[in-house]
Amino acid sequence: MSKFVAWIDQRLPVSKFVKNHLSEYYAPKNFNFFYFFGSLALFVFILQIITGIFLTINYKPDAASAFASVEYIMRDVEWGWLIRYMHSTGASFFFIIIYLHMLRALMYGSYKKPRELLWLFGMFIFVLLMAEAFMGYLLPWGQMSYWGAQVIISLFGAIPLIGESLALWIRGDYVISDATLNRFFAFHVIALPLLLFAVIYLHIAALHTVGSNNPDGVEIKANKNSDGTPVDGIPFHPYYTVKDIFGLAVFLTIFMFVVFFMPEFGGFFLEKDNFVPADPLKTPEHIVPVWYFTPFYAILRAVPDKLGGVIAMGLAIFVLFLMPWIDRCKVKSIRYRSSTYKILLASFVISFVGLGYIGMQAPTPILTALGRTFTLIYFAFFVVLYFTSKNEKTKPVPERVTMHE
Amino acid sequence: MKNDNNSLKRRNFLTNLTKVVGGIGAVFALIPFLSTMSPSEKTKMAGAPIEIDISAITPGTFKIVEWRGKPVWVVHRTPEMLNIIDSKVDYLADPESSSEMQPVYAQNKYRSVKPEFLVLLGVCTHLGCSPLYKPGKNKDLGLEWKGGFFCPCHGSKFDLSGRVFKGMPAGTNLEVPPYYFASDTKLIVGEDRAS
Repeated sequence: MSKFVAWIDQRLPVSKFVKNHLSEYYAPKNFNFFYFFGSLALFVFILQIITGIFLTINYKPDAASAFASVEYIMRDVEWGWLIRYMHSTGASFFFIIIYLHMLRALMYGSYKKPRELLWLFGMFIFVLLMAEAFMGYLLPWGQMSYWGAQVIISLFGAIPLIGESLALWIRGDYVISDATLNRFFAFHVIALPLLLFAVIYLHIAALHTVGSNNPDGVEIKANKNSDGTPVDGIPFHPYYTVKDIFGLAVFLTIFMFVVFFMPEFGGFFLEKDNFVPADPLKTPEHIVPVWYFTPFYAILRAVPDKLGGVIAMGLAIFVLFLMPWIDRCKVKSIRYRSSTYKILLASFVISFVGLGYIGMQAPTPILTALGRTFTLIYFAFFVVLYFTSKNEKTKPVPERVTMHE
Repeated sequence: MKNDNNSLKRRNFLTNLTKVVGGIGAVFALIPFLSTMSPSEKTKMAGAPIEIDISAITPGTFKIVEWRGKPVWVVHRTPEMLNIIDSKVDYLADPESSSEMQPVYAQNKYRSVKPEFLVLLGVCTHLGCSPLYKPGKNKDLGLEWKGGFFCPCHGSKFDLSGRVFKGMPAGTNLEVPPYYFASDTKLIVGEDRAS
């Protein structure tokens, strides 16, 4: 065996790779609950790829047969229902995981120097993931697929001068049609997954260059043993592989429970209107995007002007890219930051969840007013943070991670 | 030494020139790829504005033409028909055409550019059936019926301007497509007059 390994290593340094990234890759020893979501996100990405491949085997990207082919998968293909429900539930869980993963970064300042590029790659993954989910949602060709896509693509029409021709170019037709379905299929199964794969690779490569942050926001590389390994670091394998496998087991328990017993999740994961085939001549009474888009959809609706709403929605996502430069506080972890930051982050999270709720409801005057308030809080978070973080009153940061003994 | 410097300069110049020319070539190579995403010739043909000769449509009659896969109606209304439209309208749901089912230039009680010519999309705003043209009084359609459009699928009624009656399955007036008169006999449906 060792001869074989040596033979390989002479030609491709596999052992060195395993050492550098697993058995001798040192991660901080004080990871907590929030550090499950990186590896879980990677797992769900692979799960989506695998279930996706098996779905394409029976799915037909054709406006005349798409809806029926999905029902065929559900009813006639052996175990087809399981594959399809894992894929649809996986999409929602992907976003739950990613939102918690991003919250972790906001709590512990994981976007700060030297991890700015790591954060930017992460934000690109988030945007690609939204595009991937949006295009995938058209494929079942149900009423909500159709009209959701209609609403979102018509947003591009709000852009001055080029808007209408841009929307036409995206659709490939004057209305959402077979041409649109076909190209969304191509993007959903080839183009975007390839891009996602590439950016996820860069995200992890950047992570392994600078090393993980931790709940104390202490740089473990600043404090090394005589052999050059970080005092507060432990090898990723076996310590964190075991931890992550435990997290995965808990995750799969919850995930498969949803897949088996409540795959529609009360209309949140699969909307009721999507069990009706797409009908270009009949608009559903109430068009709502899937839950993971509703915070941004609520921001869109909060602005009375169509173009203004599109700009606000785009800005709500774009401003997150700038976090490393908006937050000017040197202290990373929320544990040692001022109560100002704690209040700011709490109100940001509340407004985000609130917007998510409002985005699902039919607009009423009260909800619209509430939506506008939350939109203001959402943006105020970044503005106030920019001005308060420069001279923030922070607590002393320990030399080493807490619980290091 | 001087010679070395010169050849280095030349080499840099040539390298940069290659980058620029290659870059321009790459950008042009993008064009065919991006163009495949534009509406195809077949789609464009189905969606292009159409020309309708209206000289043959005599007063009181109507013509159906297809545009983007949907029926377009052109009705030549008589003065009597216009009088009916002028009369009492309390049975209509939206007599002023306040919902956006027509271009601004057709937002009037005749819902048209020229009162005598009505141009409508012949698709019921309820479930997409195509209503029937029923001019004149018709006892089967009720006593207040003075001519208009009747949807056979679910019984929605529209007046001679395509305005929906109150309490019908259809909630809004029939849609007016963008159109303009290129000449007295030539009607263009599918685009607004270029201003």
